[in-house]
Amino acid sequence: MRAAEIITAVVILVVGIAMAVDSWTLGSGWGRAGPEAGFFPFWLGVLLSISASALIVQAALTRSVKGPFLSREQLVRVAKVGCPAVGALILIHWVGLYISTALYLAVYMKWVGRHSWRLVLAVSAGTPLLTFVVFEIWFTTQMPKGPLEVWLGY
Amino acid sequence: MGDLASLLSGFQIALTPFNLYLAVIGIVLGTIIGVLPGLGGPNGVAILLPVTFTMAPTSAIIFLSCIYWGALFGGAITSILFNIPGESWSVATTFDGHPMAKSGKGGEALIIAFTSSFIGTFFGVVLITFFAPLLAGVALRFGPPEFFSIQLLTFASFVGLGGANPLKSMAAILIGFGLAAVGMDMVTGEFRLTLGSMELVRGFNFIIAVIGLFGIGDILVSVEEGLEFKYVKGARVTLREVLRTWRGLIGYWRTFLFGSFIGFWMGFKPGGATAASFMSYGLARRLSKHPERWGKGAVEGVVAPETANNAAGVAALLPMLALGIPGSATAAVLLGGLLIWGLQPGPLLFKEHPEFVWGLIASIYSGNVIGVIIVLTCVPLFVAILRIPFAILTPLIVVVCIIGAYAPSSSLVDVWYMMGFGFLGYIFKKLNYPLAPLVLAMILGDLAESALRQSLMMSQGSMLIFFERPIAGTITALAIVIFLLPVLAWLRWRLAGKPVSR
Repeated sequence: MRAAEIITAVVILVVGIAMAVDSWTLGSGWGRAGPEAGFFPFWLGVLLSISASALIVQAALTRSVKGPFLSREQLVRVAKVGCPAVGALILIHWVGLYISTALYLAVYMKWVGRHSWRLVLAVSAGTPLLTFVVFEIWFTTQMPKGPLEVWLGY
Repeated sequence: MGDLASLLSGFQIALTPFNLYLAVIGIVLGTIIGVLPGLGGPNGVAILLPVTFTMAPTSAIIFLSCIYWGALFGGAITSILFNIPGESWSVATTFDGHPMAKSGKGGEALIIAFTSSFIGTFFGVVLITFFAPLLAGVALRFGPPEFFSIQLLTFASFVGLGGANPLKSMAAILIGFGLAAVGMDMVTGEFRLTLGSMELVRGFNFIIAVIGLFGIGDILVSVEEGLEFKYVKGARVTLREVLRTWRGLIGYWRTFLFGSFIGFWMGFKPGGATAASFMSYGLARRLSKHPERWGKGAVEGVVAPETANNAAGVAALLPMLALGIPGSATAAVLLGGLLIWGLQPGPLLFKEHPEFVWGLIASIYSGNVIGVIIVLTCVPLFVAILRIPFAILTPLIVVVCIIGAYAPSSSLVDVWYMMGFGFLGYIFKKLNYPLAPLVLAMILGDLAESALRQSLMMSQGSMLIFFERPIAGTITALAIVIFLLPVLAWLRWRLAGKPVSR
């Protein structure tokens, strides 16, 4: 837990320094028409670096927080949700939103929930269909599409 | 008396059939959102925000604020029947609400909670009706330095009074402001913090951040805890039961009154709803004649927090309407909506768009009445939603988040950002970095920066402008005191020779 605290604070520190440096190169002083573009973000970066440094010191000095950031069991549970979700996002680029969400729902329900095939099929086919009706027909919003929708003429 | 006339004209807007229809849909959707894990006030409103782009602003705000009220009602259902607080401000409701449900009085507990919500909201909106125009009138004389000092006060209260680790609150606020600054600078047209990437020039959309931080972040936290719904059966709500419970509630008028006052007083300050519900619970417990019943299903134990958190939820709209500074994360998302609809939040809103302000205030009255009727009659429906197995709910909510992130600007990159914000939200939640101030800072970032810039232009670059003007000076001084509260507390610990906690 302490390591996680320190790593997070270090990452924030790096972000803070990057903000300050980026704004510094942009000009963070007083321009012809008032404060320059980098003025506000520069000071944000400086303050963020200060708070992150203080957080690092605080985390290093605290001894009371014990235990790992994530137990193995918890990691597995989180990964079971996180990995398929990221996978579904990658798939959207190839096959579009509808097929991707159908596959994602089916995989998750079968693999994690161990539901019956009938239920899996109903939910994973029904959700994209409902989405299609709501977005493409009611709101006429285009969702990302893949080869199948093109083949169907959309 | 001009206010009452304005309120009446507001009712003429809020009670048109279309707006009533929107209110009903909003309440139902909001209650469902409040019941579902991973969906709550802020991200529910954020996901549905794009739907309102084509509506008139008044209809849009009525729709979205009704989602907010619905989510407040929904939080009570999960707290009482499932012992799962949907939002942090429903935590106190579980203390006595769930024991009541377990002892077979689930229906009664729900009726008490809904009634308390109704009274809390009603009290809050009555106060808003009278105070919002007054506050807006005062604020009309404010210039950029005053607005910047109010922003300072808002964020100082998160650091000093927010309850989280002050350094973490500070980091969260600064990250939020930093995210708001990414992209093209509105004044000079220069690209800031883009790391040379063209994709970042358009900046981060707060809708995407809210959906990720609250939606995906919440889902990950709840699966990690291995969430299972343990459902208490036998919660029936019948008309006879409602009338019987109401008769019993009259005796608790004092708890209602205290709860509403605490809620309103805490609520218009940022992050107030959670604190309000705990304070109200604590006070009611101290004043109770039967302290031994508490924690085992005391009626006041449901009344006190539910009245307070709803009064606070409404009160959060007061600074949003009158000053353009939201008091809660959900109010911040509503304010983001205002900006998208092309309305400038702040005191001028009362002058330039009275139909919007009074339509909204009137819709709080009507939405609240509609809401309490809907939740009382549809309890079984909402409970049924939570009986959907977790392995179906989780991926469905993820899909809703993906669609919600894609829809505003039809960009897959945004969906990736949303997922990134989701993991960030998960880590921050685990390490107790507060998310509400981050979102508030992200939405208010540009307003705060332009107030700062204009003030500094007025003063030729001198920071003293925030101290020399009487109103700005007072507010800035107050902000500094509140900001330094944690340091003072720490010093007191040190001087007393006790080890520092945290």
